[in-house]
Amino acid sequence: MSVSPAPASPSPVAAVPVTWRLPVFRADGLPMLPIAILVTLALMAIFADLIAPYNPEIGTLSQRFRPPAWVAGGSTEYLLGTDHIGRDVLSRLIFGARVSMIVGFTAVIFAGVLGSTLGILSGYLGGWVDQVIMRITDTWLALPGLTFAIFMAAVVGPSEWNLVIILGAVYWTRYARVIRGEVLSLKERDFVRLAIVAGCSKWTIMRRHLLPNVLNTAIVLATLMLGVVIVTEAALSFLGVGVPPPKPAWGLMLADGKKGLMAGYWWLTVLPGACIALMVLSANLLGDWLRVKLDPQLRQL
Amino acid sequence: MRRFVLRRAAYAVVSLFLLSVTIFLFVRVTGDPTVLLVEPGASKADLEALRQDLGLDRSLLVQYGAFMRDLARGDFGRSFYYRMPVLELYISRLPNSLMLAVAAMAFSLLIGIPSGILAAVRVGGWWDSGGKIFTLLGLSMPQFWVGLLLILFFSVYLGWLPSSGSGTAWHVLMPAFALGWYFAAAHMRLTRSSMLEVLGSEYVKLARLKGLPEFRVIAKHAFKNALIPVLTLAGINLVLMVNVSVVVETVFAWPGVGRLFYEGIAFRDFPVVQATVLLSGSMIIVVNLVVDLLYAVIDPRIRYER
Repeated sequence: MSVSPAPASPSPVAAVPVTWRLPVFRADGLPMLPIAILVTLALMAIFADLIAPYNPEIGTLSQRFRPPAWVAGGSTEYLLGTDHIGRDVLSRLIFGARVSMIVGFTAVIFAGVLGSTLGILSGYLGGWVDQVIMRITDTWLALPGLTFAIFMAAVVGPSEWNLVIILGAVYWTRYARVIRGEVLSLKERDFVRLAIVAGCSKWTIMRRHLLPNVLNTAIVLATLMLGVVIVTEAALSFLGVGVPPPKPAWGLMLADGKKGLMAGYWWLTVLPGACIALMVLSANLLGDWLRVKLDPQLRQL
Repeated sequence: MRRFVLRRAAYAVVSLFLLSVTIFLFVRVTGDPTVLLVEPGASKADLEALRQDLGLDRSLLVQYGAFMRDLARGDFGRSFYYRMPVLELYISRLPNSLMLAVAAMAFSLLIGIPSGILAAVRVGGWWDSGGKIFTLLGLSMPQFWVGLLLILFFSVYLGWLPSSGSGTAWHVLMPAFALGWYFAAAHMRLTRSSMLEVLGSEYVKLARLKGLPEFRVIAKHAFKNALIPVLTLAGINLVLMVNVSVVVETVFAWPGVGRLFYEGIAFRDFPVVQATVLLSGSMIIVVNLVVDLLYAVIDPRIRYER
């Protein structure tokens, strides 16, 4: 779901004089709001087995479509209600955080490692290596990420690890482009030239001298990509080509929730979506903050 | 300039080639489409006959050769499921997708441009802060969730709008809003920054020094120039909208190309999946090429850069 599909052309945003900082509640310069949300979600994911009141995959059919506790007809037994086969929504949301976090983080790291490696190779070696890698990058960038992800997910079948590989395979291109650009300017710098004079091999230069210098950029990109990756995962699960049921994933819960939508069972649609939005929001806020903090060059990205 | 154009065009051709190979190979490993096309309990011989009929028994290289030869003739194959030429199928769905994209674009520009201008004119004010929150929400809320919320509110509670399908103007409202929502945020962001840039330029200062009223400075001098990058992005995004509407079209059962693609995957309909991904990828490659060339015409510096 990229907004600028033409990375080869100069972006019209490039010449913005005033950076637009997003509103963040700060203490000691740290963006406390997104950190608090992400930490809460991470704790939920880690201790899901301890805090979830019910098994997220097993329901009680006689208790189906129970509304949340504060609505007429609801009870404190099921704080956030139950779904179409009587599974506890709260428990599924808690375990869903685990799925989203694991898939989101591993996919972002996978994409980052793949993209950064190719970016460094492409930028430093230049020549035909650069040509081949950049042609492939352009082609992959040309495909709308979501369409391509759905396409590949349908090919390899639904599972979390397939999902990680697919998301990584779709989103590595952004790292490759940005890191390559960075390496192109870094390799003209004196410390790289001195390393060449000192007899370092190409491999050593890339690993010891270039990699540490592009790490900040990679981390900022990773945080900004986290939101995109989580939304894509949710969309794939929603379409039935992502996390396989009956696993509790937020996207899958939305797909199930659609069954009760016309009957007005709002909690099955509102709650999982709110979780996704909250997580993506926090990732975006944190990424925006990191961008300004760690990498001034990316401020206008 | 000629070298630049030739090189860009060559890149685009290479991209198209890589795209076709990638898609061709990927589709061939999805599984056996014949199993889905025959009734359960069909004999092995029936399956084999069908495979031969569809040309799936030949080697991959031969299949690819045939595939490319047909593409060159504008023949994208026949849908296994609908039993009609894919291109016809695609073209019959395209107007729906275009209609949705145009409506979504209208929404996103109607929201994005005025709010972006207001945010730029009153930098740091409450409108600007509200705009930040709006863009943030726009970029964080998944389109399909927005779609579901709209159905919940307007179809289930209020009963004003139909929840799915197509036909009347009412049907297009919710999907268009769900699709345009994300882009509205992007357009607002760009309008704001573009407007700020123009407002800081010399000729706007001159217009102000001449004593023009602020409204005229903004409406007449700044607005027109600030709009150029926004409209460029909108043009690219329109093509993108046709191609990323899969989820929204699925939510609202909108009969566009996105849904065609989704059905193709569900029914393991090779030619349909192949053609939709290929056509949407090609559309984007071509648009990128056009944008690159247009920029080179406008700004000669770019021609010598690469």
